[in-house]
Amino acid sequence: MTITIIEDWCKGCELCINRCPTSSLEKSKDLNKKGVYPPRLKEENECNFCRLCELICPDFAITVTQEAGEERVQKQKLILGGVAR
Amino acid sequence: MSEMIDANEIRRKYLRDGMLPTIFCNGCGHGNAIDYTFWAIEELGINMDDVALASGIGCSSRIPGYINADGLHTTHGRALAFATGIKAANPDMHVIVFTGDGDCTGIGGNHFIHAARRNIDMTVILLNNFIYGMTGGQLAPTAPKGSIATTAPYGNIEQPFNISELATALGAAYVARWPIFYPYQPIKSIKEGIQTPGFALIELMSPCPTAYGRRNKLGEIDQLWAWYEQNTILIEDYEKTMRYGTEEEKAAVKEKFLIGIFQKAEKPGFFEAYDRMVKKLMANDDAKWGGGGAE
Ligand SMILES: Cc1ncc(C[n+]2csc(CCOP(=O)(O)OP(=O)(O)O)c2C)c(N)n1
Ligand code: SF4
Ligand code: SF4
Ligand code: SF4
Ligand SMILES: [Mg+2]
Repeated sequence: MTITIIEDWCKGCELCINRCPTSSLEKSKDLNKKGVYPPRLKEENECNFCRLCELICPDFAITVTQEAGEERVQKQKLILGGVAR
Repeated sequence: MSEMIDANEIRRKYLRDGMLPTIFCNGCGHGNAIDYTFWAIEELGINMDDVALASGIGCSSRIPGYINADGLHTTHGRALAFATGIKAANPDMHVIVFTGDGDCTGIGGNHFIHAARRNIDMTVILLNNFIYGMTGGQLAPTAPKGSIATTAPYGNIEQPFNISELATALGAAYVARWPIFYPYQPIKSIKEGIQTPGFALIELMSPCPTAYGRRNKLGEIDQLWAWYEQNTILIEDYEKTMRYGTEEEKAAVKEKFLIGIFQKAEKPGFFEAYDRMVKKLMANDDAKWGGGGAE
């Protein structure tokens, strides 16, 4: 699993961090051009490829990519009201 | 949802990435509408050369500027009139309008009413943030009672527009309302809207932290986004509560915004009806003048 961040597009809303159902994201340590800390995947994480962060980011800053051979977990749970907070 | 492709691919195909980052404030929901529209178009397999965009004026009306398709950024409130013109000139185009609550139901209210009533073939994605965001927070006709705005410093005393119910009453073919943070429902509704002949309205409730949230003390970005979770209810759940709930439960749900699909009607859009009329008249004419008419 890879989460790629286009760091200079991130405005720092933290919606991705707050809404990730598995709490897999955290603020990184380096400021971007806008003076905010873009998110990064935690070293230890349970990211399940739900792609909510990618869809919820208002600024196109996140890409979730699956590596070849990786098992894909589907995201059914995220429908209405299912967002773990 | 079927197989999803890589978001890099989506950006490459549909986003004018030279325009990024967007002008939208941190935590503004408008950006999501762009992304959801991309996914809807991707899933429908529509060629962007067959898409024409139109918008009026406002933060929300800036959206076509980020999309790799031809579009008209028009005058305040007039997006639907221009969109009607595009569709009249080329009925094969998928015409998609991006507009705001102020643009579409304030200054553009009458265009909206008549485009919906006439069931003009277009997909209108309306970003409702209860406020005139771009100009700094004047009261919009959609602002809930009690809302604070620069022009309503003591709280709004006016009855707000309920845009989706208005469009439903006017007989628009497709009407749906969703808060912007549920990705899958808006994507599905945009898809259905594009596929529906006639007027399709997708009202997306989009948080405006800068001009609405802050002034109305709805908290930081995450809290503001959560407000939409707490203050909305699915139409089906609302109806269930109204039928079987206790008096307290009923009182509680009455305060909430209904979300879901309000209307899904199969009927010809304006241009289909128009086309039929033209064909009929031409056939009559042929018959009258001894041409190749059928009658
Ligand atoms: C004829 C005219 N009147 C007023 C304005 C000023 N104006 C620009 S944007 C806007 C309101 C836009 O509100 P909305 O459509 O809700 O968009 P938002 O910024 O909230 O997304 C107004 C009143 C204008 N540009 N043109
Ligand atoms: S893909 Fe889902 S689980 Fe993984 S970081 Fe994003 S939101 Fe969290
Ligand atoms: S949702 Fe997007 S803009 Fe917001 S913090 Fe995450 S990456 Fe940055
Ligand atoms: S003023 Fe409001 S609507 Fe406009 S970009 Fe900022 S948050 Fe979005
Ligand atoms: Mg607005």
